[in-house]
Amino acid sequence: MIFTKSKTLALRSEEEIVLVRQATRSWMVEQRFTLVAQTKMMTATSELARNAVVYGGGGSARLELLEESGRVGIRVQIEDRGPGIADLEQAMTDHFTSGQGLGLGLGGSKRLVDEFEIWSEPGKGTRVSITWWK
Amino acid sequence: MEHIPILKVGEFLLVSIQVDMHDRLAMTLQDDLTTKLVATRAKGVLIDISSLEMVDSFIGRMLGHMAAMAGVLGAEAVVVGMQPAVAITIVELGMELTGVRTALSVDKGMALLRTLVDEDSFTLNPVS
Ligand SMILES: Nc1ncnc2c1ncn2[C@@H]1O[C@H](COP(=O)(O)OP(=O)(O)OP(=O)(O)O)[C@@H](O)[C@H]1O
Ligand SMILES: [Mg+2]
Repeated sequence: MIFTKSKTLALRSEEEIVLVRQATRSWMVEQRFTLVAQTKMMTATSELARNAVVYGGGGSARLELLEESGRVGIRVQIEDRGPGIADLEQAMTDHFTSGQGLGLGLGGSKRLVDEFEIWSEPGKGTRVSITWWK
Repeated sequence: MEHIPILKVGEFLLVSIQVDMHDRLAMTLQDDLTTKLVATRAKGVLIDISSLEMVDSFIGRMLGHMAAMAGVLGAEAVVVGMQPAVAITIVELGMELTGVRTALSVDKGMALLRTLVDEDSFTLNPVS
């Protein structure tokens, strides 16, 4: 796998959630991903970025443009050094929320993208990686 | 402070969301709409989201709240212009947007609002 481009953005505020999802969109527009692909990745990015800000106390987003056997992909990795998630299975379940949300962010994001990976350790933080292949 | 403009068009209010709103701005819009509905006693609200590139769970929840708030204040709300890719994404995300009426364009939304408002006045003041 070749990384043709990468960039790390801070994720500390509501404004930065918008900047990160817009960056994801503009990279995908530039690479001519379909409109549906752009919309789904942008939405998943927004959900994960908000989780990092709201529950993780802020973090960062790393955008990567990938190439593998002639295929182009985009990966967004969002991480925070917040409290982590003790019960991942529960957190991934639709409609589970510890706050005021709909509990759709994690489960919904997973449905929206090609690849979804999550790592979390209580007391250390959370990292989620989503990828879309063209 | 930043605000999304709310216009009065005849007896209706028109909200056209032209920017990618951060969460606080979306909350402010919800409050502003409530205030404006009370102040103008408008019977209907049209929320144009044709410029929105995405509707995530936060914005979806806000649209639901605005529709519910309008209902409580005796007004009808119609969301217009949702892009097809946005609609597909909302469904896959798992959001139901129950209670949110939608129409394809501002014109169709206006027509729908008219019908809904006329029906409301008919049920409130039945002709005997
Ligand atoms: N980065 C994180 N750090 C710590 N806890 C998290 C993190 N992300 C998610 N969680 C936990 O997982 C739960 C489920 O997250 P999810 O995004 O699915 O729903 P939500 O944020 O509660 O609601 P929604 O995203 O629909 O507004 C959260 O309520 C929270 O308890
Ligand atoms: Mg969430």
